[in-house]
Amino acid sequence: MSRAEASQALTDLVEYISAQTDEALIGVEWAGDEAVLRTRPQSVLQVLRFLKDDSQCLFKTLVDLCGVDYPDREQRFEVVYNLLSVKHNLRMRVKVSTDEDTPVPSACTLFMAAEWNEREAWDMYGIFFSDHPDLRRLLTDYGFEGHPLRKDFPLTGHVEVRYDDEAKRVVYEPVTLTQDFRTFDFLSPWEGAQSLLPGDDKAVAGDESGAD
Amino acid sequence: MAEMQIKPLTLNFGPQHPAAHGVLRLVLEMDGEVVERADPHIGLLHRGTEKLIEYKTYLQAVPYFDRLDYVAPMSQEHAYALAVEKLLGIDVPRRGQYIRVLYAELSRILNHILNITTFALDVGAMTPLLWGFEEREYLMEFYERACGARLHAAYFRPGGVHQDLPAGLLDDIDSWAEKFPAVIADMESLLTNNRIFKQRTVDIGTVTAEEAHNLGFTGPCIRASGQAWDLRKSQPYDVYDEMDFDIPVGKTGDCYARYLVRVEEMKQSLRIVHQCIANMPDGPVKTTDRKVAPPPRGEMKRSMEALIHHFKLYTEGYHVPAGETYTAVEAPKGEFGVYLVSDGSNKPYRCKIRAPGFAFLSAMDFLSRGHMLADTVAIIGSLDIVFGEIDR
Repeated sequence: MSRAEASQALTDLVEYISAQTDEALIGVEWAGDEAVLRTRPQSVLQVLRFLKDDSQCLFKTLVDLCGVDYPDREQRFEVVYNLLSVKHNLRMRVKVSTDEDTPVPSACTLFMAAEWNEREAWDMYGIFFSDHPDLRRLLTDYGFEGHPLRKDFPLTGHVEVRYDDEAKRVVYEPVTLTQDFRTFDFLSPWEGAQSLLPGDDKAVAGDESGAD
Repeated sequence: MAEMQIKPLTLNFGPQHPAAHGVLRLVLEMDGEVVERADPHIGLLHRGTEKLIEYKTYLQAVPYFDRLDYVAPMSQEHAYALAVEKLLGIDVPRRGQYIRVLYAELSRILNHILNITTFALDVGAMTPLLWGFEEREYLMEFYERACGARLHAAYFRPGGVHQDLPAGLLDDIDSWAEKFPAVIADMESLLTNNRIFKQRTVDIGTVTAEEAHNLGFTGPCIRASGQAWDLRKSQPYDVYDEMDFDIPVGKTGDCYARYLVRVEEMKQSLRIVHQCIANMPDGPVKTTDRKVAPPPRGEMKRSMEALIHHFKLYTEGYHVPAGETYTAVEAPKGEFGVYLVSDGSNKPYRCKIRAPGFAFLSAMDFLSRGHMLADTVAIIGSLDIVFGEIDR
């Protein structure tokens, strides 16, 4: 799929938006026929307000807000806003990059739906939203530590709970696995597997000669 | 006697309350019997679905979607299947699309029966539940005959549906669909003009269209507020654009309007079911692209290549081209969306699940403020909350 498949209305609208908010946007990307506006944390509210209130946009519903973790990037988190315009029957995606320390202004003043979604993003990724009225954890346990959807958080977690019959209460203990956690490298050697076999010096030599 | 300042009473509603529809812990600050603030504590059913999906192949992720909204399992799979198909750029054969639409509508009826009857139970009417669950049992039998499971179907898969319908199933669904309007009429005769039911629901939890948009409402809840917004019409997927049906719209945006919209939606779903059965085309039910969907059993007994395809699909799985999509379907509760990010490997890089109930429950504070305690029960019931999808 390509940009060509996107509807004419959406293409026109994206051009209009980038003309109106040129300072605030970093760029426009196309994911298939879906438009993605990229912006900075300091100007995200300006972009969202424009998208919500401008008569040609009217993206009045914040359908979804979520975080994505890219540990390799300098700014490892992305906050993704999925907006819906019922009036014009269009969808728009806004993305902001941030890291553990940089706060993103909360969209609660614009969309009531943002409150819980931002709490969830804080809970799952540790993305901090400034001026949020009530930034508590949402889905994890009371007293939970860590941010489970980060890529460096293990799938098994760190603690497990059981009912202790002697203490007469639920106790938290470090996870013990009876079987090692199994991950498989699915890339076939022809497609460039990352894990090298021990003592396989031909693979390294082959890579160097085979490059470019 | 001197005036006293009474501290608001904090009341714990749930997580084991029968009207909490699962494991909702609602911390209510009460002034007498009036709710001043409602603070839902959720996550008691959190299973880490999104994290687990990141460690599974695209096909292995399908069953997790049954376990989200376990009242209408196939609708969730539908969103995921459409998202993966969009990234893969594959088409589904016509018969597969028709079966999906047919079962998505049966799921809608399955969901609405449960919601209407348990809602009625919450506000004091017990009989609809007993009548409605008999019909749910028939519907789950249709599920079982199509895919082998009553609830956790894993039937809609990227590329189509898993297997073809057995002989005679369509006739049985048709004869059931002929009889079902009588059950709706019975249910309505108990509720729609019932004085007690109306006293408990009319003007309770009212939302205007503007507020509903701002709160992220979709599905029956936004239609009850007077917005004719339905993804099956406005952004049609599969063969919904060939179906003839109407969108019921409520006027008042209160609990009663949400109930009325759901009743009418069941009737409209029946229309779609009849059309699907009448126009069901022949042909394959899943894509014939062997790199995505496995070959039939019989072929595997004779063809080496088919055997290799089968082996590769169920060990490594297929690789999805890098990209991202937000794909949504009109699930019975509202817009169920999947934001899928692929990095080109055989596992999703990120799979955010947008559950309609999440937005509804986050509006709980807004809706119940100033209402009586008993009204919060009616509001929870009318919002159609299932914790499988909210806690994920």
